Amino acid sequence: MGDTLRPDLELIAQLIPQNSRVLDLGCGDGELLQLLMGKGCTGTGVEIEPAALVQALRSGVNVIDLDLNTQLGEFADDSYDVVVLSRTLQNVHKPRDVLEQISRIAVHCVVSMPNFAHWSGRARLLTGRMPMSKDLPYPWYDTPNLHYTSLKDLEPLFRSLDLQIDRCIPLNARGEAHVLGNAAANMFASSAVYLLHAQR
Amino acid sequence: MHHNGPVGEREDQQDVTVSETVRLFDANAPLVLRSGATLAEVDVAHETWGTLNAERSNAVFICHALTGDAHAAGWRQGDKRPGWWDTMIGPGKPVDTNIWFVVCANILGGCQGTTGPSSTNPATGDPYGLDFPLLDMSDFVTVHRALGRHLGVERWALLMGGSLGGMQVLQWALEYPEDTDNAIVLAASSRLTAQNIAFSAVGRQAIMKDSGFRGGRFLSEGTAPKKGLAVARMMAHITYLSEEAFSEKFGRAAQSGELTPNFGVDFAVESYLDHQGEAFQSRFDALSYLYLTRVMDYYDPFAAPGALDALAADAVKFLVMSFDSDWRFSTEHSRRIVRHLEGAHVPTSFREISSPWGHDSFLLAIADYHETIAAFLERAATERGL
Repeated sequence: MGDTLRPDLELIAQLIPQNSRVLDLGCGDGELLQLLMGKGCTGTGVEIEPAALVQALRSGVNVIDLDLNTQLGEFADDSYDVVVLSRTLQNVHKPRDVLEQISRIAVHCVVSMPNFAHWSGRARLLTGRMPMSKDLPYPWYDTPNLHYTSLKDLEPLFRSLDLQIDRCIPLNARGEAHVLGNAAANMFASSAVYLLHAQR
Repeated sequence: MHHNGPVGEREDQQDVTVSETVRLFDANAPLVLRSGATLAEVDVAHETWGTLNAERSNAVFICHALTGDAHAAGWRQGDKRPGWWDTMIGPGKPVDTNIWFVVCANILGGCQGTTGPSSTNPATGDPYGLDFPLLDMSDFVTVHRALGRHLGVERWALLMGGSLGGMQVLQWALEYPEDTDNAIVLAASSRLTAQNIAFSAVGRQAIMKDSGFRGGRFLSEGTAPKKGLAVARMMAHITYLSEEAFSEKFGRAAQSGELTPNFGVDFAVESYLDHQGEAFQSRFDALSYLYLTRVMDYYDPFAAPGALDALAADAVKFLVMSFDSDWRFSTEHSRRIVRHLEGAHVPTSFREISSPWGHDSFLLAIADYHETIAAFLERAATERGL
């Protein structure tokens, strides 16, 4: 991680109210939680990658080593105000199950996801090659990404889980809010951040 | 037993640590146990490393495990090996004694300088034996706190311990969260399983059924349940290592080059256990073994209503760790602690370390493990400007 904050994390932090209790799934070195602690938030990160977990500890972030695929049951119902799942949903075995767990743990969640249907990916597919981009940098045979989706295909999944989309913020490849906003996001957004809330 | 002040001479020689013993409770101010029973005299053996700073903000208390003692690190006069956690504690080590002032004390009920069931009962002039009162985890905490006051420390930067040591840390933080800012709980449990209790029970039976036990009056009668204690240790030792660790260390190797079938010690592993048992009965007391294992069996802190109320109101930052090959206190034991702490909004971190060595891993220099502790302590040091 560099010294400057990832712009998408800054944007996510803005979506989270002050003094919230936040669970950051796939928290990496704890950058987002550190930023949120500055806003009076408290919370916990979840990280399974050793170097990142140790760095999070060193930064004073509470971090729990567990597998998102199988162990989210460790967290009690409604035990957090907000769950964050940043650039991680595409890595889990069963995204639907993980989203179900998240909506049980907190009413609000922030989910970000790379957009497989970005125009550059479409163009690459037209040349007969699989999409690769800054948000999808891996070759098909060596990638943590198990699932690929367009934004168009992501939103029905949220709806089917009674997760209401409060906001969708399309991002450019640098992780900044895309200048075009929601216009043709499925074509032009490299990724998107969703603020969701679970219907209870 | 060294009840009378410093053991060994303090010399200019570096790295020589000194055990001291102090009477923390006496007839005027007896120790009142959780059960209501009292002990009129309590001596506590302890050692320290590093220097307490002027702000008294760098104090670390180390709680030892079932058969440990105050000699956690460094060398004493005449030692053949350093203290039991010398890989963890010392200059430049994860608990860096250039930064931290570290204290370790033999626990109440122990037999390494602190008052226990083999100590003399001042009311009778004889060893307590089974007249020594049953202990509770919180009794250890009461005595540790008294030692802290004696040393001028009322607020610790960190409480840290493995196995039974971790259980003391947990109890301390639950009862007196105002006493510490950080807590590290390693390979511990908040509630023994039936299997844990079963092993514990067989160990005690081996001791109590030894003809030398004499209803606990063996010291007065000049006998000792040595065989029983050795068997208890041999069996417990099996639970401290993983199957893989035994295979790695011994395989099916013969002790004397080739197997010569008989009922004696033939396999290398048998010789090893035999040695463990022998060495143990010369350094450990059978009554302490009974009393301390029993405390663990009954320990169930989260069962008490409101158990987490004090800690939730005055948060202590926790690091809980387990080892994947530990089958004495498996990762599930640590996860249970984490669930309770995290569920009560106590700032809690957890990591499971991959290690083939079983429960004893917490005593070993495993890179991932030490790196994690060091990172947690680095943050604690930075926060307090150390």
